[in-house]
Amino acid sequence: MKIDLTDTKSSKINKALVQGRRAIGTPAVGMVLTLVIVTDEENQYDALRAADEASREHPSRKLVVVKRVSRSARDRSKARLDAEVRVGADAGTGETIVLRLYGDVVDHAQSVVLPLLLPDAPVVVWWPANAPANPAKDALGRLAQRRVTDTHAAENPTEELTVRADAYTPGDTDLAWTRITPWRSMLAAALDQVDCAVTSVEVEGEQHNPSCELLAMWLANRLNVPVKRAVSAGPGLTAVRMQTDCGPVNLHRADGSLATLSVEGQPDRAVALKRRETSELIAEELRRLDPDDIYASALRFGVDRLGDSAAPSAAASGGGGTATATATKNATGKASSS
Amino acid sequence: MTATHGANPLRDAADRRLPRIAGPSGLVIFGVTGDLSRKKLMPAIYDLANRGLLPPGFSLVGFARREWKDEDFAQEVHDAVKEHARTPFREEVWQQLIQGMRFVQGDFGDDDAFENLRATIADLDKSQGTSGNFAFYLSVPPKFFPQVVQQLKKHGLADQRDGSWRRAVIEKPFGHDLASAKELNKVVHEVFPSHEVFRIDHYLGKETVQNILALRFANSLFEPIWNRSYVDHVQITMAEDIGIGGRAGYYDGIGAARDVIQNHLLQLLALTAMEEPASFDADALVAEKTKVLGAVRLPRDLGEGTVRGQYAAGWQGGEKAVGYLQEDGIDSKSKTDTYAAVKLEIDNRRWAGVPFYLRTGKRLGRRVTEIALVFQRAPHSPFDHTSTQELGQNALVIRVQPDEGVTMRFGSKVPGTSMEVRDVSMDFAYGESFTESSPEAYERLILDVLLGDSNLFPRLEEVELSWKILDPIEEYWEKHGKPAQYESGTWGPVEADEMLARDGRSWRRP
Repeated sequence: MKIDLTDTKSSKINKALVQGRRAIGTPAVGMVLTLVIVTDEENQYDALRAADEASREHPSRKLVVVKRVSRSARDRSKARLDAEVRVGADAGTGETIVLRLYGDVVDHAQSVVLPLLLPDAPVVVWWPANAPANPAKDALGRLAQRRVTDTHAAENPTEELTVRADAYTPGDTDLAWTRITPWRSMLAAALDQVDCAVTSVEVEGEQHNPSCELLAMWLANRLNVPVKRAVSAGPGLTAVRMQTDCGPVNLHRADGSLATLSVEGQPDRAVALKRRETSELIAEELRRLDPDDIYASALRFGVDRLGDSAAPSAAASGGGGTATATATKNATGKASSS
Repeated sequence: MTATHGANPLRDAADRRLPRIAGPSGLVIFGVTGDLSRKKLMPAIYDLANRGLLPPGFSLVGFARREWKDEDFAQEVHDAVKEHARTPFREEVWQQLIQGMRFVQGDFGDDDAFENLRATIADLDKSQGTSGNFAFYLSVPPKFFPQVVQQLKKHGLADQRDGSWRRAVIEKPFGHDLASAKELNKVVHEVFPSHEVFRIDHYLGKETVQNILALRFANSLFEPIWNRSYVDHVQITMAEDIGIGGRAGYYDGIGAARDVIQNHLLQLLALTAMEEPASFDADALVAEKTKVLGAVRLPRDLGEGTVRGQYAAGWQGGEKAVGYLQEDGIDSKSKTDTYAAVKLEIDNRRWAGVPFYLRTGKRLGRRVTEIALVFQRAPHSPFDHTSTQELGQNALVIRVQPDEGVTMRFGSKVPGTSMEVRDVSMDFAYGESFTESSPEAYERLILDVLLGDSNLFPRLEEVELSWKILDPIEEYWEKHGKPAQYESGTWGPVEADEMLARDGRSWRRP
């Protein structure tokens, strides 16, 4: 059922929630977290639909904070809060409150959200687009244990990765990182099966896809070898080519769904690596709410330390070139120590 | 630097997004045309692949008498997956699976068929890179176990070569008494080493059963009252609403106690009653479970402390049901129990004097499995008798299936001007919210077999101890009386109610 409230406040919304629950005759189910979605009117629908899907695995209270743009000076000076309370079948599993903020209150969204958080349960904030530069310092971000951004939606994803790295605070995470979990797990499984040391890696994918950079940085950080980033037409990531001291290990995906794993001396194998829906990404993101240290160290490796396969490494900019050289030296050092 | 197993630089214990993927391997299913295989195993394998938990090149080999080609087998799996899988059907996952699907036609006595199987496995090692790692799932009636196992040995299929493994997976029943269980174990262990034999008790793969351990040992709230000082008694129930269906041949002569109490209920008892294991690894768990199973004591008078019954004609959930003795293929003089209830005690410091009532039956009120700890009444009540007369005993109920979750029952004041206390429930609604995405028991268990993780599989010792508990009861029943009749669709024979009434207690209505 839906209850619409215009020009309202948090205490009235809380009352409407209780009223809604009574009306449908069920008490609150064991909701495990509050998910705050900060978005604009344009992204609101898709984001909420993904969150509803994900709530089947993580029953939650979803607070959608929609910041409305006021066009006239008169509108801007007037603060107003409208709310739509959804319980029961209209709200996935759990409860949904869509909050529309007008005027001054846009800058004080935390005052609306704070009284509506579930007691004790963890809080996750998700910005489907336009995430603040420093999520942990954001007024809403400060309420949360977990702050989910999506560099994929940024104007310049590669630059955005650097911004994220600079502002990283434990509890930050990014959907561009979540997207590559299947790739990471398949690559780890591939290395489980061979007894060889990796000497260099190339990650290939479409341009402006920060997942490619993140995967490359993760590999560089873990393997301590030079990693190049190559550009292809996509969709998404298309290949990871690892050179090892006993031949190449390649994971290749041309069509965005079925990949081929080829390992020297072993038959080629088909691997399902489907690009996932946002709802699956959010569900994975909500599974663990502790800091993701692996993400932190991959992110902090730095985009500028990745080699560019189109240009020889000498052409790379000063700082980047040195860093790549360091990484290479480390790798050599490690190889010779065995 | 050579990357060896376990030293994979891409793996890190802190990286908890990466799932446990099984290494290169394949699964051979004997009796692949059976119900279990179609309804549970094939869908579970697909669901595992869909969740990205199977290794690239994973192979599935079906072995049965039917005259199928690989394509027919693949079609059969395809249909089974479409109908029964938990996760949505996705073409690319299917494409990954279908490349490793083979079918071997033959009888269990047929040497050529097993040679053929060996060639198929060798071929899969080459074309799919399964590296010689294969698990053999014996989804066949136990009378064929010795033959299949011997054939596997004879044709060198059970031989593990350097670095590779061969495992055997067997389903209940693990024998029908202690002697036959020992015999069966001997047959299997002759060919497969004990740590490569996986006994499936699908109850242990259920999320709610694993949650018993989390509930008890990850919280500080429950453990202090989990003992004889606070618990009055424990009831473990597994009820089915169906009759024996088409399983007359299997069921008659086995009965409810052997079919359910020996494995599922005694495992639930062990998990509920055991002490905290030193760690969560298989050896530590089995040590605690065997300790508590070893401390189980039977009632002194088996006639007073056990009840068995047979369902009689009646109405179950709005449908007319025939009695057990009228079922097709059942001897009208059969003494097989379709209902069994036993009272067990555990002789240790934690549980002395706390009875554990176990019951199971077919054609009962509804399908439900639960563990209920019923607590003692408050030693003193400041309220007068009338205000608390509706108050029952506090209880903590672990609902294993369906509607998984945990319920706590306690007294609460009824709103109003008078002081009146009535029972209310506090619910942890696992079932309502988590089940849609939580894996099926078989998914978890098959994955564990491929990973070689034996936490959730009962060991030889546990099976033998369980038979030691059940054998005297079965012997007593053999010599004394016959099963009580109970109307289908009710909660069992009156004798069972009387058994609890003698102790001043009553069964919960689950």
